[in-house]
Amino acid sequence: MFYRSVFPRDLLSELDRLQREMQQAYEFSPSIRGIARGGFPAMNVGNTPRSVEIYAFAPGIDPAAIDVQLEKGVLTITGERASLMPPKEANATVHIDERFSGRFRRVVTLPDDADPNGVSAKYRDGVLHVSVQRRQAAQPRRISIE
Amino acid sequence: MSDNTNVTRKPETPASEMALLPPVDVIEDAGGITLYADLPGVPKDKLNLQIEGDTLTIEGEVSLEVPEGMESSHAEVNLPRYRRMFTLSKELDANKVAAEFNQGALKLRIPKAEHAQPRKIEIAVM
Repeated sequence: MFYRSVFPRDLLSELDRLQREMQQAYEFSPSIRGIARGGFPAMNVGNTPRSVEIYAFAPGIDPAAIDVQLEKGVLTITGERASLMPPKEANATVHIDERFSGRFRRVVTLPDDADPNGVSAKYRDGVLHVSVQRRQAAQPRRISIE
Repeated sequence: MSDNTNVTRKPETPASEMALLPPVDVIEDAGGITLYADLPGVPKDKLNLQIEGDTLTIEGEVSLEVPEGMESSHAEVNLPRYRRMFTLSKELDANKVAAEFNQGALKLRIPKAEHAQPRKIEIAVM
């Protein structure tokens, strides 16, 4: 996983976390494309009755370099993050190299009622937030009794 | 805007203890150390950098714009906090740390103390 949890001096809860992650890995398989864990950018997805909210954690990128596409109910986020590693000829030592660099691509399958015309995307604090409206017909309605 | 993040808190550890470990790059050159850290979702005012003794602590609170009534269905960033600590070595000058934070990406520059800068030693020929 990209972002690991740290529980200092707490082995039991660390084991608990492992177990939970394994469970989640099995339980969460909503579509054939699924959502693979651990890629870049890390993603959170949430639902409201009116919309689907997708958060892609892609810090330090020029928003113009991120491409968001919605085609046939599949949302694709692609882009590139430049490497900040020193050039080989520089007299520098890399002690830790964990941050992602290079081209990235992540795909989310949207529910059937997602409206391709009702998509908005914002980039703030290094998080790309895509909000996809659901079609009116799919929203819960109160049916009046005559 | 709201402070809510779409996470489920895990009851077994106190909430203040739990944090995600942000990925970092650490590069050393002759003049000092450059540290890059990814802290997406942390606004500038929720980032906390601290140097105490020889310990550097990077801490940030995630603040996402979450519409009312949202139910999380998938969360990889599943805690509202990042934290990571580093022990600085003696030759680093903790008083001259420079920090930049831009779109969730942190850059720290920790220069080496004057006396620790590399010097070319002249060899006197007798």
